[in-house]
Formats: sequence, C-alpha cells, structure tokens
Amino acid sequence: MDNKITNVLFAGIGGQGIIKASDMLTEAAFRMGYDVKKSELHGMSQRGGSVSSDVRFGKKVFSPMIPRGEADYLIAVTEDQIAVCEEYLKPSCVIIKPSDFPEAVATSKMLNTAMLGKLNQYLKFPEELWIELLSQSFKAEIAESNIAVFREAAKKEA
Amino acid sequence: MSEKKVILSGDEALAEGVFAAGVRLGTGYPGTPSTEILEHLSEIGGRAQWAPNEKVAMEVAIGVAFGGGRAIVTMKHVGLNVAADPLFTLAYTGVEGGMIIVSADDPGMASSQNEQDNRLYGEAAHLPIMEPADSQEAYDFAIKAYEISEKYHTPVLFRMTTRVCHARSIVNLWKTPEAPQVKPYHKNVGERVMVPANAKKAHVRLMNMLADLQKWNETSDLNVISGPEKADLGIICSGAAYQHVAEAAPDARILKLGMTLPLPCSKIYQFTQGNKRTIVVEEGEKYLAEKIRAMGIEVEAKKDIFLYGELNVAKVKKLIAGDDTPDAPPKPGRPPQLCPGCPHRKVFESLRDLGCIVSGDIGCYTLGVMPPFSAIDCSTCMGASIGMGLGLRHTLAETEARKVVSVIGDSTFVHSGITGNVEMVYNRPATGHLVLILDNSTTAMTGLQENPATGRHLNMTPTHQLKLEELVKAIGVDHVDVIDPTLHNPEFRALIQERLASNDVSVIVCRRSCILQMKKLAKFAKK
Repeated sequence: MDNKITNVLFAGIGGQGIIKASDMLTEAAFRMGYDVKKSELHGMSQRGGSVSSDVRFGKKVFSPMIPRGEADYLIAVTEDQIAVCEEYLKPSCVIIKPSDFPEAVATSKMLNTAMLGKLNQYLKFPEELWIELLSQSFKAEIAESNIAVFREAAKKEA
Repeated sequence: MSEKKVILSGDEALAEGVFAAGVRLGTGYPGTPSTEILEHLSEIGGRAQWAPNEKVAMEVAIGVAFGGGRAIVTMKHVGLNVAADPLFTLAYTGVEGGMIIVSADDPGMASSQNEQDNRLYGEAAHLPIMEPADSQEAYDFAIKAYEISEKYHTPVLFRMTTRVCHARSIVNLWKTPEAPQVKPYHKNVGERVMVPANAKKAHVRLMNMLADLQKWNETSDLNVISGPEKADLGIICSGAAYQHVAEAAPDARILKLGMTLPLPCSKIYQFTQGNKRTIVVEEGEKYLAEKIRAMGIEVEAKKDIFLYGELNVAKVKKLIAGDDTPDAPPKPGRPPQLCPGCPHRKVFESLRDLGCIVSGDIGCYTLGVMPPFSAIDCSTCMGASIGMGLGLRHTLAETEARKVVSVIGDSTFVHSGITGNVEMVYNRPATGHLVLILDNSTTAMTGLQENPATGRHLNMTPTHQLKLEELVKAIGVDHVDVIDPTLHNPEFRALIQERLASNDVSVIVCRRSCILQMKKLAKFAKK
C-alpha cells in the first residue's frame, strides 16, 4: 500500500459517544493492518462543550492530529459542529451528518453506529470485521440492534 | 519475551510499562492529562492509589523507593509545583528502588490554568528527563527508566504532554510482567538524612552522577537519528513535536531526543555537522535550543510566537520556515458548562443574586465564571480560594469585604484547603469570613475519581471516610453548617446572608452528589 493517510474527524458535544465511536474506527483500522493514531482532548470538553476526535490511518502515521484542510471524512454527530470544523476539511471531504438518516435513527443512541455504517460505504472494510467489533463493544441485546442499524446504513451505495 | 499488539493511549501504555517492570506502588493526584495512568495500572492488577495531594503522593513514592521497591508518582504539570519541595531534595538523596515521576504537561491548556514547561523543573532540580513521543515509547521508556533509575540511584522525571498522554496508537507489549521485587533494606543515614553536612556531599554526588549519566546518554538508543546522512535541513526535537516534524519535513535529517537531561552533547554536535542548517523544534519553552546553544553548538531556536499553545504539522512547517505570522483564531465551538442538574448551579445562582465577591478554586465549579452565573472573581491554583478570600477581606473596604466568599470543592479542600482554614481562624479578618465547601462527593472535573472524603479507594474498595464538617469544627471555625443548596435554596441564601452580616468565621458544607457520580455508583453497584 502507498502511504496515503485517511483522516476521519469526529465532532459533536460532550456525552454523545464521540470517543467510543472513534475508538471503534481506530480498532477497525488496526485490525485491517493499518498503522493508526487517534487523538482528542478530554477534560473541560466533558461538560457539554465541543468535542472532536481525530482518527488517522495508513501505512505509517506520525502526527496524531489531522492537519488543517486534510480531513477526508467528517462524522458530525451535531450539525452545528460542521461550521466549527470547516478549516480542517478537504474540499472533497465527505460529511456524514444526522439528517442523512431516518429520524428514528438520527434521534436514537444508535446514530453513531449508523454513521460508522455510512462511513464504511467509502472505507469498504469487510462487514464481518465491523460485526465482530460491534458484538464486542455492546452488550448482547444492544449489539444486535446496532448490527442491524449498521448494516442498513452501510448497504446504500455511495 | 512475548508479543502482544494493542491500541493504547500514552497514559495506558505507561501503566503497562511500569506494571511489566514490577512496580510496587503507583500514587498520585488526579489531573488532566495524567489521570488515566493510575486508573489503568489498577485495572490491570497493579497497586495504585490516590493521595490527598501531589506532595503527599511524591513523599509516599519516595518512601517506596527508599524501601527498595519500584515506584511511580503521577500528576499534571501544575501538580509538580505542589510536590516541588520534596522533589528538589529527592534529587540529592537519590533512590534505592527505581522511581518515575510523571509530569503531564498541557501545552495549549486544553484543561489547565497555565502551560508551564516542566523540563525546567528537571533542569532546576538536576533530574534526568525522559520524553516519550508516542504510546510505544511511553511503554518502552518506562521499562528503561527503572533500569536507569536503579543503576544511577536517581529518580527520573518522565515528561509527557497532552498529545502523548491522550493520543492512542499501536503498542507492542513485549515484556512479560515481573512480580514486584523489593531490595533488602539498609539504613543509609549519609544519603537519606539531608542535614547540611550530608546534603553538601549529596549535592556533589548528584552532579557527578549526572556527568556519568551524560556519558551514557551519548551512545544510548533513547536518542535516534533518522533521514539522510547529510541534508540541507536538520531538526532536533523531542516528545510529541517529533511526530509533527516527521510529517511536516519528510526529507529532513532528524535527531529525536528521548533523554533531554543530561543532553548528549557530542551526539548533538556531530548531528549538526551533517546539516546546512539545524533548527530545534520543541513545544513549550526554548529549553533544548537554549541548552544546546549554551554548549556552544550553533542551532536555530523557534520564534517567540511558538512559545504559545501546542504544535501541529502546519505550525511546524511555519516554524521551520521562520514564519511568525499569527494563525487565524480557531472557530469557537460550544464552550463547556456546568451540566444540567449539576449541584453547583444553585450555589452560583445564589452567589450571583446576592452580589457576592467570590474567590474561586480549581474544579468543575470554576465554570461558575461562565454566563449565566458570571459568579467568580478570581481563580489561580488548587486551594487558593481560601487564602485569596482572606486577603481580599483584609484589604477591601468593609462593605465590599463583607461580600467576600471562598468556594472550594471537596477534593480540592482535602488537597490544599485545610491549611487555608487554619489561617482563617489564626489571622481572622475583622469582618470574619465565609467558606463554602462544594461537596459533590467526588473529584468530578478529572473524571470522577475517589478521594479521602468519599470513603473509597481508587479501586472502589471501602476505606475510612474523612468527615469534612468534623475536620473544620476541630480547626475551630465559629459555625459549621451542612446544607443541600438545591433542595433547600431559600434557607441556603438566608444562611449566607446571616453569616456575611456577622464578624464570624464560618464554613458551609454544600452537600449534594454529582449526578455523574451517582450514575457511576449505580453502575458499580450492579457489578
């Protein structure tokens, strides 16, 4: 593989599960055999403030922070954070946002899973890998519905 | 030797490293971005405990190391200010068991009140400094640090920064964990009792030890040169800055320093000889550049604008180009705020409505400065609310002095508010004073850590619970009340007014649990 680094920026507000979702992508990229780094700020951001998390993967990743203008994907769990992140996005950046999903999903706790599903339309990691990850990340009864939401979001063609 | 690759934060990787090296005890005080080190150590089966403050933690760790066991003490950068007193003399005594002192610096102040660069503590106290650049190095360097610490009988200052502590990357856990070993105890008055006659010798011994360690560091594999043999551009860097450099200047020759005190002088000199120009890229102060220049080696230092905030790839490109035009300020996101349902909300609403002058402290409740409360007048460091409040009382005109209130959290009170309370009864202001202890029954800001007033250890096992109201009664304040300011708000406001009108010194313990802590406890009870 060439050393093209894929940069995925997660943005939202404290308490929305940004850290868990970005951890799952980090683990998925790791299991795909990529070098991967992730960085975010903890602390003050836990109190309902803006939270963002940078995930970078490729053959070799150095800086854990996505440079300005280099995000390939933005997972905007809150739409008002899109403007905040603008300077980090590539002109071709794919933005995945709550309004891309049916309201029942967009307003549920499974929104992050759906967003990862949609992201996988582009990343094209094997579905089995995600299912394994989702099964390991959630309790049995919740894992099943998350897997269903993931599959639904992942299957629509990009 | 085993091999196990996992993804870990720098904090977690460091905990894995000290665990693998057979650490006897980890101690510290919570502080972003250091908190997860001890939490992870406890999770993987190591012995880890929270101390009331960093100074006590440092002293406990010193005792472990004097006793021949391996110790780690963790804190954020400003925590080392609290622990600085034992630190400087510890450098003189040296240690028997290996000792790692973690300073987690926060350039850019993601969650801190200043961005001090604690490599300067290493320099001032004459301590070896190691700076890991990612999670793998946090693990590897921890194992190495104990070897160095025991070989040279010196504690090691382990300087990390936010982007090492909280960045996650792949770590190979190659070492099979050792059980903690303790060396036999030997009484050693000459090296352990720092009366002047012994300390004079210890000072000389310290400087000789550093000279020996400097020779070792000249050829140590902690400092790595990468890139071409000769290049137009050579870069000297350490820690997280290396990662940005490697990405920003892929064609440069790079000297990454893993041990930044004592510096490998000859290695640095030889490195500069292969380059047309050599620039030092570092976060924080110009520590490396100034030390290298003082050795008579010609290197470029960064421009002053890069003293502020953390580095990133774009800033490193500008730094190398000598471009000191300021960046456009980042777009403002949503500011942090007190959680809905937070018990501090009613306290600050009340203080705002009563027109109080509020001397604040460090914790979630510092957010009382934000609208709609705008109810804090000053805040500097842990425990300062009480002393500053007393100083204001001594200084302001009587009508204003009567409005002064100090607010301090439960964990912060135990950390360094107790002596402020003693000062309050010892040097009473003419108008008296009022301290509110905002007791939400947890160390909330750093992520819900236990403390002596919660009655639980770091690993949630029960222990003696320090009763704050009994403690302040014993100190001798005139009035001690305990109230829930949310449930009994009119009574709370009336009580504040009554206390402010008197010339008495009073404490009101505002007790109501943090809502996140209640969730944590409910989850724990289910397990």
